[in-house]
Amino acid sequence: MTTLDCITPPASCRVVGISAPGMVRKRLLALGFVPGSAIEAVRAAPLGDPVEYRIKGYCISLRKEDAHFISVTSGSGSA
Amino acid sequence: MKTKIRIALAGNPNVGKSTIFNALTGSRQHIGNWPGVTVEKKSGTAMVGTTEVEIVDLPGTYSLTAYSIDEVVARDYIIEEKPDVVIHVIDATNFERNLYLTTQLMELGVPLVIALNMSDEAEKKGTMINRSLIKKFFEIPAVRTVGSKGEGLDELLRAAAKEAETSPHHEHAVGYGDDIERHIAGIVAALEGDPVLSARYPPRWLAIRLLEGDSNALEKITGSPKKAAVDAVLQSIDTEKTEAAMADRRYEVIAALLPQVCTTCVKEMNASDIIDRVVTDRWLGIPIFLALMWAAFELTFAVAAPFMSAIDAIMASLGGYIAASGMEPAWLASLLGDGIIGGMGAVLIFIPNIFILLFILSLLEDSGYLARAAFVMDRLMYAIGLPGKSFIPMLIGFGCNVPAIMATRTIEDRNDRLITILVNPFMSCGARLPVYVLLAGAFFPANAGTVVFVLYVLGIALAIGSAFLFRKTILPGKPAPFLMEMPPYRFPTAATAIRHMWDRGEMYLRKAGGIILAGAFIVWALATFPYGVEYGSAESYAGMLGLLLEPLFAPLGFDWKVAVALLFGFIAKEIVVGSFGVLYGTGDDEGSLTEALLADPSLGPAAAFALMAFVLLYMPCVATLAVIRKETGSWRWTAFSVAYGIIVAYLVAFIIVKAWPVVMGGI
Repeated sequence: MTTLDCITPPASCRVVGISAPGMVRKRLLALGFVPGSAIEAVRAAPLGDPVEYRIKGYCISLRKEDAHFISVTSGSGSA
Repeated sequence: MKTKIRIALAGNPNVGKSTIFNALTGSRQHIGNWPGVTVEKKSGTAMVGTTEVEIVDLPGTYSLTAYSIDEVVARDYIIEEKPDVVIHVIDATNFERNLYLTTQLMELGVPLVIALNMSDEAEKKGTMINRSLIKKFFEIPAVRTVGSKGEGLDELLRAAAKEAETSPHHEHAVGYGDDIERHIAGIVAALEGDPVLSARYPPRWLAIRLLEGDSNALEKITGSPKKAAVDAVLQSIDTEKTEAAMADRRYEVIAALLPQVCTTCVKEMNASDIIDRVVTDRWLGIPIFLALMWAAFELTFAVAAPFMSAIDAIMASLGGYIAASGMEPAWLASLLGDGIIGGMGAVLIFIPNIFILLFILSLLEDSGYLARAAFVMDRLMYAIGLPGKSFIPMLIGFGCNVPAIMATRTIEDRNDRLITILVNPFMSCGARLPVYVLLAGAFFPANAGTVVFVLYVLGIALAIGSAFLFRKTILPGKPAPFLMEMPPYRFPTAATAIRHMWDRGEMYLRKAGGIILAGAFIVWALATFPYGVEYGSAESYAGMLGLLLEPLFAPLGFDWKVAVALLFGFIAKEIVVGSFGVLYGTGDDEGSLTEALLADPSLGPAAAFALMAFVLLYMPCVATLAVIRKETGSWRWTAFSVAYGIIVAYLVAFIIVKAWPVVMGGI
């Protein structure tokens, strides 16, 4: 197990849990970061941060410091 | 059938809610403010047969928790104002995530209709959504719509009007499993002991929110006699764990339903992906962004230039006509010529620039590129304590601070947005350029370009420094978490872009226009009276005011003429140039004005440079202030912006004047 910020795109993994505080947690849950969800790390921004992810069929970008709150299964290479 | 019904439009951001709203209400919409919050609510009317329908466009939200003010506004409207029916606009290309909000809307227990918007795009991708199965499982009618083409909207309204007659029982849409359901039942039992509260809010909904640790829901039960009983239940559980479990359950319900309701082809690499590979490329991403922005500016100024000279020519000939007409009494001619037409000119001249820039920006936004720009720039902006979305307003500030400050609306977090607004006037707008050209040309003929460049850099440095300072002091916190959806690219339509442009630009015309006109009138009056003195001379009230202010400016080496010019420059900063023309008695002729300035013993290179810095930094012009007032909704922040600008300008000018002999002497 690792955290989402450690998954280098392109790669995919699954959500294990969220450890974010209050509001960020609510938003992440609403956006579909619930345990078991498949995540594909699509690409990083030119300066390495933020990173764009595909989850539940749409794309969202997160800063690494926010992605750090999401624990995921170890990455599985290119999606 | 009811004779009048109220419909609320709810949905995720960027699902085409506003497009549907505009199509439904046509030109009969009006925009109003919610009391106490800056989020705008739009409402308009439409007719279904003989029924009058009021439609309210709620802010776009991902959920109905209390994550942001938008979410609280949206859900409070539904709970407190009790619309007859809620239309949930869903992006059919992003069905699964959108359904999350559906489950939450269902728990509110209001009549619901689903608009499967952008269905044409979804169908093109191979996504077919079975509407009769949605009706069967959720007991919610679903209508296929394409907002941009107006398809399905009549049917949507009819379905909504019909649904408004029902009293549905959606509250149990999601079963949360034995453990959580037992807690819900416990809280519901307690809440039902308070008849006032349970009449106002659906008890099951409130219980669910409370179990999720929702602070806004906790406020709602404060003061209820049953609060202790609720607290007893809440204390026995871990709300964080429960909250995650509940979100999980909602997605589970959706996941179970999805394969039956919706058939989708396998996701293949689409056009969006290919474009994104290029525009967010590690090496090309930032250069492409800068090139696009540069092109937007070049285009703005190139396209606007002929309009600007036309407006200038019309105003000049109008002024000339009045001067030549020998209109009596003379003060009326002066009011019309110098005051109204001069003032109007100052407003109108910016209109082409503002509208063209807003149009190009709307095109970029509608296409989906602005989300990528924020993605590319976020890291850099974060380093100075601002979110990635601040970059665009900062850049627009080089053109004009007015549309720049209006463009901050896309920033959700209040502190992020305030900082972006407050530092924006330091971005050197186009109106300051004429002042630099005049003074740098006169006092630094060999290095004029370098001097102007240094002023731009000075503005940027102070904007960054101020952002940093505000972050550490009055507006603390980290930039809001960057959780930004990356929408698929869409081909922007001119009609939508024009509407966006107009939404943002008309306010400049109405409010700022009114204030600038009033300001122009005041300046005119100050320069004209007491009646009979020469316009703008030392004997006029403006001159007296200048003499009064002179001691204040003495440490900077500015005399009364400069003080008056700066005072007038508050209307619009390029007026500083025109004021010098009046005060030195040379008119607008730049050659003779340059000579007059050079001949003035109180002005030298140091004072001229300090003056340029002062013009750059001192209080925002009246149009910018009007926008700051409008966008912050606060006179306090507007006053702060004025005071901060003046203090910074004074300090910087003072440092320049004092350091100049030392630095220049040393070289």
